[in-house]
Amino acid sequence: MFYREAGQYKTSYKADQAIFPIFQDRMAIVFYLLVAFVAIPYFGSDFFITSMMIPFLIFSLAAIGLNILVGYTGQISLGTGAFMGVGAYACYKMTSIFPDVNIIILIISSGIFSAAVGMIFGLPSLRIKGFYLVVTTLAAQFFLEWCFIRVPWLYNYNDSGAIEVPQREALGVIVTGASATPTTRYLIVLAIVVAMTWVASNIIHGRIGRSWMMIRDMDIAAELMGIRPLYAKLSAFAVSSFYCGVAGAMMVFFWLGAAEVESFDVNHSFLILFMVVIGGLGSLVGSFLGAAFIWILPVILRAIPDTIGLDINAATVEHINFMIIGGLIIFFLIVEPHGLARLWALAKQKLRVWPFPY
Amino acid sequence: MFKKLILGTAAVAMLSGAQMMSASAEDMHYVPSLSYRTGPFAGGGIPVANGFSDYMNMLNARDGGIGGVKIVVEECETGYNSQKGVECYESTKGKGALVYNPMSTGITLQLVPKAPVDEIPVLSMGYGLSATAIGEKFPWGFNYPTTYWNQLSSILKYIDSKGGIKGKKIGFIYLDVGYGKEPIPLLDKLATSMGFTTAKFPVGVKEMQSQSSHWLNVRKERPDWMIMWGWGAMNSTAIKEAAKIKYPLDHFIGNWWSGADADLRPVGEVGKGYVAANFSGIGTDFPALQDVLKHVVDAGKSQVKDKSLVGDVLYNRGLFNAVIVAEAIAAAQKATGKKAITGADMRVGLETFDLSAARLKELGLEGFAAPVKASCSDHEGAGSVFLQQWNGSAWEKISDAIAPMNDVVRPLLEEAADKYTADKPDWKTQSC
Repeated sequence: MFYREAGQYKTSYKADQAIFPIFQDRMAIVFYLLVAFVAIPYFGSDFFITSMMIPFLIFSLAAIGLNILVGYTGQISLGTGAFMGVGAYACYKMTSIFPDVNIIILIISSGIFSAAVGMIFGLPSLRIKGFYLVVTTLAAQFFLEWCFIRVPWLYNYNDSGAIEVPQREALGVIVTGASATPTTRYLIVLAIVVAMTWVASNIIHGRIGRSWMMIRDMDIAAELMGIRPLYAKLSAFAVSSFYCGVAGAMMVFFWLGAAEVESFDVNHSFLILFMVVIGGLGSLVGSFLGAAFIWILPVILRAIPDTIGLDINAATVEHINFMIIGGLIIFFLIVEPHGLARLWALAKQKLRVWPFPY
Repeated sequence: MFKKLILGTAAVAMLSGAQMMSASAEDMHYVPSLSYRTGPFAGGGIPVANGFSDYMNMLNARDGGIGGVKIVVEECETGYNSQKGVECYESTKGKGALVYNPMSTGITLQLVPKAPVDEIPVLSMGYGLSATAIGEKFPWGFNYPTTYWNQLSSILKYIDSKGGIKGKKIGFIYLDVGYGKEPIPLLDKLATSMGFTTAKFPVGVKEMQSQSSHWLNVRKERPDWMIMWGWGAMNSTAIKEAAKIKYPLDHFIGNWWSGADADLRPVGEVGKGYVAANFSGIGTDFPALQDVLKHVVDAGKSQVKDKSLVGDVLYNRGLFNAVIVAEAIAAAQKATGKKAITGADMRVGLETFDLSAARLKELGLEGFAAPVKASCSDHEGAGSVFLQQWNGSAWEKISDAIAPMNDVVRPLLEEAADKYTADKPDWKTQSC
């Protein structure tokens, strides 16, 4: 009734090809951005911002990165955790080598290092596909983890082997380190994630993104039509790793504050792959929905018994949590194998014809 | 719609969080316990968490809390995962937390920089960042009763007392994470000053349960003594492998996280002779532990599954942690004259308590641990460790308390503390 495009005429190709062709959708985006940039910093508690929103945004960005590779280009990777680690360690090294450079520039440029590493480990994708590629990216994961332990230069010869975030200021405000307020950190993360999502959306809907999707749908046909797999696949690996690297750097600098190699282990690769699969392969909205499902839902579930006054001990809550999340994952994959993004699209489709479906 | 649902639920969760905060205004000592009863290290996490909460509950039941104010222990499950640990910290710090006992080196590293900002001290008892022992540099970090580095020096002293260490070869097998690597700088330093050579055997987390290749190297290197910095499943595997290559187990010494009942029970008779360091008493032959059994375990208020698990090594470790926290709360009350204290008061308490031999006796813990005296500059108390040996079914104390080599360790700790604070311009220090 309220959500329909009746009366909205498209008078140009540009309007017809828009990503959000419906006026209400554009308003919704503005509304979400208002909530994210104004309402949440203003009303959100510290816990909500630091333990839910910041990790949610960071994982969303990593999921977008992996989605570019898995969802748009069809190359399965299990090295996400390690590529995030490359970004984090690169950013850490750069902060100690260039202490006066603005930290946000360093965070973004740390993605370049993970993009380079990602391209190197993407080379086998020119020859092998599917499960064989999974194995080589898994090798990348283990090799890089090994580097993070065995190359003490990477963590400045710290006795504990951990990287610790130094305090840095940008425009006179403390943005990293323990003294940075959650709101500051949240707004920086949010700004980076929104900007990079916008860039990703433009890449995907442009020539490069289309060449990725051609490779995904049928690589031989794509090759015959003049797409060079070398460029298409390696650019996908580079962009994907760039996003993961920036996400990893933000994870350490704006969320955790210190990290050991365990923060980038293979479980994280799986976690982000699950976010992509549950959210929806080949969908940017899906990356956000998947990250919310995997990260925010357990935090809420954990808080429920306490809120309603049930006295269950922490370990039992954790066990129940695992079961509920596991059950929901299976449920959603059975009901909608294309992920939450497809569910979201269906809901919108239904809403368009409501209350008179035909 | 789904997104709205999430946002809606989040808003509800947020509001209820605010509600809980206002409810905690009444008098209580709120002590969060970051426990891990799930995950790969649950075997060690469960007894520690039980010992900690049982002692606090015993104080509530027997004495009505500390200074007439009840203690509330709230457990938060971390699964030994640093990210969840930080989440637990964020979710509990607003409720008036007095002190954090992270029970994991990884989580401690995350909390140490946050402590001065939120004004809640961090007590990492015998783990975490060794450098927090320097009180001048770390006003908010504590690691009573002693540090890893002190412990290593005590173990080396023990080896020295058993036929000299000069010219010997010491093998060091360790879990290849921050925790295991922590003592290496000291080991290298002491190797030159005490005149022994070292051979290091890192064991990755993924290889914890398949160490045959590592022990093949041990056999090749033929060290005279082996020292282990292990945790969880690594310990029992290492002892089994050592027995398999016929390494003399009485020359194999674990640190205090490698000497739990849970580690040795699966090994049983095979592990006979294995030695480990410890700083908290074994068994239940202490009046305080009898009180725990009477007021908490028998009353059904404990999470311990089996009464026989009370008094095992890690249970008593957690209990000793609770003793230090309780003593610091009492000291804070005395110093500030307030009944209900804050995190900042607790910091004062942690710098002023005195767990002397007489006080231990008063608490019903005579001989349970070496005395610990808190001070402003010394945040570790330089406690001693003793050594225990596995007799095939239980631990036996085989040495007196061995004092650490403070003269060697302290300068190294100061060096490490300087290194830590070097790139933090606004780091809060104090002068003592």
